[in-house]
Amino acid sequence: MSDSGASDGRTLAASGSLVIPGDKISTNYSGQLGHGVMKIDNTITATKMGVVVENSGVISVTPLHTAYFPRPGDLVIGYIEGLRSNMWFIDLGAPFNAILPMSLAPMKVEFGATRDAMDVGTTLLCRIQEVDEAHSSVTTMKGMGLRKIVSGFVDQVPPHLVSFLSNNNNEVIDTIKNSTSTRIILGANGRIWIDGEPSGIRVARGAFSLIRDNYGSSDLFSKVISYLEQNKESD
Amino acid sequence: MGYGDIQMIDENGNRVDGRKAGDLRPIKMEIGVVPVADGSASVRWGTNYVIASVYGPMEAHPRKIQRQDRAVIDVRYNMAPFSTTDRIRPGFNRRSREISKVTADALESVVLLELYPRSKIRVEIEVICAEAGTRCVGLTAASLALADAGIPMTDMVVSVASGKINDVVVCDLNKEEDNYGEADLPMGILPNSGELVFLQMDGDLSPNQFQEAWDYNIAAAGEVHKLMKEAISNKYGGES
Repeated sequence: MSDSGASDGRTLAASGSLVIPGDKISTNYSGQLGHGVMKIDNTITATKMGVVVENSGVISVTPLHTAYFPRPGDLVIGYIEGLRSNMWFIDLGAPFNAILPMSLAPMKVEFGATRDAMDVGTTLLCRIQEVDEAHSSVTTMKGMGLRKIVSGFVDQVPPHLVSFLSNNNNEVIDTIKNSTSTRIILGANGRIWIDGEPSGIRVARGAFSLIRDNYGSSDLFSKVISYLEQNKESD
Repeated sequence: MGYGDIQMIDENGNRVDGRKAGDLRPIKMEIGVVPVADGSASVRWGTNYVIASVYGPMEAHPRKIQRQDRAVIDVRYNMAPFSTTDRIRPGFNRRSREISKVTADALESVVLLELYPRSKIRVEIEVICAEAGTRCVGLTAASLALADAGIPMTDMVVSVASGKINDVVVCDLNKEEDNYGEADLPMGILPNSGELVFLQMDGDLSPNQFQEAWDYNIAAAGEVHKLMKEAISNKYGGES
């Protein structure tokens, strides 16, 4: 943890170690505080169960479990859960439903005709437009690539795995995509749209299942690669 | 000496189950035992077996329970009808309401509720097998399940009870000691800061006995906290 030089205090939990809420990480730390930590009596204390990370003078805890909280600009996959005359309610897997106003729909919709345009149960690829301080969010479907999802399969991974999947310019997603000849879009809320041939979708779902079950193991990416190679041969 | 002619601790300080005054019953913890929950934990503590699961944060319903500046914790403590030798009538009763309330109050002191305005965090504590001290086991399991769910907290909560049998203060009462003992002091302790978030007392303790029971609880909380960390290490690997 002393690599960055930001921690001139005493290290109590080294970078990479597993901590639980209340564990003391460092005293007299002069760097910045990131996610999952807080300063209590001049001691950096973990507030979440996870792994200590120190990067560029910012100390944080990468959680092993977390709920999805929308942030403006997030690309997400949602399901329509309800509607009114001028808006839809979208389930994003977050604590609160988001809304999609009629004005931000991908097509022209008359007042009162929201059900004709998109009914309850429709799957959408949309983007978070704004989030207020009480976590109410507004989504938009105006933008490139945002649409109703009518083909393929929507899989789900816990939201804390999204960073693993999108690291290094989507290295993991690209590997699965290329190996299974599918089109894959990863939502920030952990939902994954997989489109392509049924055999490719099956293998891709298997890879995501492997990631879900083995998260935390150090050589997870190589496990994914060997799984994809095995299944490539058998197909 | 004691309750009627029941002797629960001998002259060598051995209790009915062979433990010494400061010993805990065997404890085994596991996390992630309910796959559909956001976080869960099971705790076997002596013959007690408790499963706690956490759901949320989620939108608080009914809306009248919502708080604009913070989340609310909704705890439901329940004993399964088959958890004791006498069948327990299913559903809420006065005791389960009281335990749910004190558990929620204890957890509210550590959970960073202000991060989730208008939300609810639902904690379900199900007692599968009851021996003695289920409220302590339930609170400990709930704290572990909250950590597993990724809910931010300033510390874990460890709950332990000490009490008095045959005028001797002992730690972690078992069923016989709880039923026929003279006093019981359950406490909820934050193991890192040593703060207290929950305390109840049944029976009478002198100031010295109270201090002795307090010391036993604080020492036991440290042991239980180590077991909590071990349970998480076992699940996710690494050194905690």
